[in-house]
Amino acid sequence: MDEQLLEPVRENIYQLNLGPQHPSTHGVLRVLLKLDGEYIVEAEPVIGYGHRGHEKMGENHTYLQFMPNTSRMDYLSGLIYNHGYCLAVEKMCGIEVPERARYIRVICAELNRISSHLLWFGTYVMDLGGFTPFLYCFDDREQILDLLDGVSGSRLTYSYCRFGGVNRDVDDAFVAGARRFIARLRSRWVDYHNLVTKNVIFIHRVRDVGIIDRDLALRFGVTGPNLRAAGVAYDLRKIEPYEVYDRFDFEVPIGGKGDAQDRYHVRLAEMEQSCRIIEQAIEALPAGRFRNEYRYQHVTPPKGDYYLGFESARGATGYYLVSDGSRYPYRCHIRVPSFGNLQVLTEVLKGTMVADAISILGSVDLVIPEIDR
Amino acid sequence: MTETVVAAAGSGWLRIIIGLIVVLLFSQLNALFLVWLERKVAGHIQLRPGPMEVGPHGILQTIADGIKLVGKELITPRSADRILFVIAPVLVFMPVLVAFLVLPFDQHLIIRDMNVGLLLIFAFSTFSVLAILLGGWASNNKYALLGAIRSVAQNVAYEIPLLLSVMSVVLMTHSFRFSEIVAAQHRFWFIFLQPVAGLIFFIAATAETNRAPFDIPEAESELIAGFHTEYSGMRFGLFFLAEYTNMFIVSAVAASLFFGGWQGPFGFSLGLPGLVWFLIKVYILLFVLMWFRWTFPRVRFDQLMNFSWKVMIPLSLANLLVTAVVVKLI
Repeated sequence: MDEQLLEPVRENIYQLNLGPQHPSTHGVLRVLLKLDGEYIVEAEPVIGYGHRGHEKMGENHTYLQFMPNTSRMDYLSGLIYNHGYCLAVEKMCGIEVPERARYIRVICAELNRISSHLLWFGTYVMDLGGFTPFLYCFDDREQILDLLDGVSGSRLTYSYCRFGGVNRDVDDAFVAGARRFIARLRSRWVDYHNLVTKNVIFIHRVRDVGIIDRDLALRFGVTGPNLRAAGVAYDLRKIEPYEVYDRFDFEVPIGGKGDAQDRYHVRLAEMEQSCRIIEQAIEALPAGRFRNEYRYQHVTPPKGDYYLGFESARGATGYYLVSDGSRYPYRCHIRVPSFGNLQVLTEVLKGTMVADAISILGSVDLVIPEIDR
Repeated sequence: MTETVVAAAGSGWLRIIIGLIVVLLFSQLNALFLVWLERKVAGHIQLRPGPMEVGPHGILQTIADGIKLVGKELITPRSADRILFVIAPVLVFMPVLVAFLVLPFDQHLIIRDMNVGLLLIFAFSTFSVLAILLGGWASNNKYALLGAIRSVAQNVAYEIPLLLSVMSVVLMTHSFRFSEIVAAQHRFWFIFLQPVAGLIFFIAATAETNRAPFDIPEAESELIAGFHTEYSGMRFGLFFLAEYTNMFIVSAVAASLFFGGWQGPFGFSLGLPGLVWFLIKVYILLFVLMWFRWTFPRVRFDQLMNFSWKVMIPLSLANLLVTAVVVKLI
């Protein structure tokens, strides 16, 4: 773009409140835009509209009581958050987890990751004005929700994992359903690519839009698919394998430039990798207990600070728990990926058009309650 | 049958008054039907049934929606320019009615077969941009204003290729009269002789009617509702109905200019009356417009302008030049 266009003419600048009520801010994000015509001179995200005090709640609930909160921060990958929380508490208390439970957790977490990415795919194309893929994606996602509903009894806020296992065992119907779903999803790629990936208008809307390059991403603590799109193969499942992720053969898809198109391709490729993990996990699913015989209800971890990082659908997430030896954590802090991913927008949105701002906001895949927590 | 109706209606003022009443009835009912059709097409493209509850297959759904809209409170924002705010939705609908006066539904079913019919339609259809600008500006809302600005820029850019593509048809028929243009296509439709002009016309017409993928003035995910963000009740309803009536008009013009109007393909009428042929073509084109909307993402504002000024206008100019040379030689 021409440099002169970006040079603001002060008297022509006006403010526009994008959100908190706006169809494309996905929840209650507010972006304060300073506009020159359609070009953005300055963008300032304003957060806090979805603040519910989860961290404070963590301090005056017992460890198990806090479990339902964990799936309400990032409501799109709630099971992964449950999983991470259980891993953190198990690490604190040194609880052993049966093999079968560990595989079940991985299968469900990866299904959850696919459902989150599918929802992102649909809503992103909808932000760009294409309405139809949204409904196709919800159709596919519905299959995952049914599967997870079958084992956890809930469609979105699962609270499925328990300290030392999972809440309920999976049955053959679930395993068969997961296989069927993977086959179905793979057959749908053709449609999705024909409808969206190869669409000329779509390509023009995402190519070279919202470039978050390597330096910028690392400087702002961007993680997840957004960082991998910039060419950094940083995935906690690979780098610091937790649970049983080191036993599976999967790749970490990376992009090059870090524009919206790369982020799109990385997320699509990640869904395929998740399918591979699920297939291998189903194949190797051991028999045995799905949770420990002893039900850990009031755990009292030994004194100390603990941190456990895991990869949610949006990036590197972590629980930082401080125990004073009582039944309640002394401090409960959650590192959320969307926070870092949002910070970078102040830099990226400068000089783009309003329509691009929507495209960029959508492409970094924010979940606002997770930021406000 | 149509001849007797036309003969009974006589000519002159009586004919125009009867015509206007029929046009009002037809355009309203047709717009309601199109809204229903759009929802059905969208539904089936998206693997869902669409409206099903009111009437058989939901055919009365839009009438129920219309009654709801009429019953709603008309809200005028406190800081709006009241007069312009009220006038805009009326203004947007007026030119739509005028266009029906010259549309050739059948050989004898033209309310007023003017010698400048084609020009009249384009002159009046441009008028609706003014209404959109007024509505967006008078609302005193930044999203509405952005929508209005986009709409004006878009219409200026797309009017030119639209008219240039029409001119190449006019060069071939030496007439602005609809009946003569249609009659000239009794063997070969102009879409075969002027494929480039036909394509440019259809793309530009999609942009003229603010339909996806060129629906940037009311881009929902960017500008909430664009120029009609602040409108409620039947004032919104008028903008909405005008959009669908405009779709009908551009499809009707396209059918007359490029697809042989009331005539069957290659001179075969297959026993169907002209009116039926005309409506079949119009509804097929309307279906294509709906198909576009539920398939494509939206283009960006600057891409839209680039496409018009750098591709469509040079192409239509070249096409016009070639046509002029060929017509002169023949």
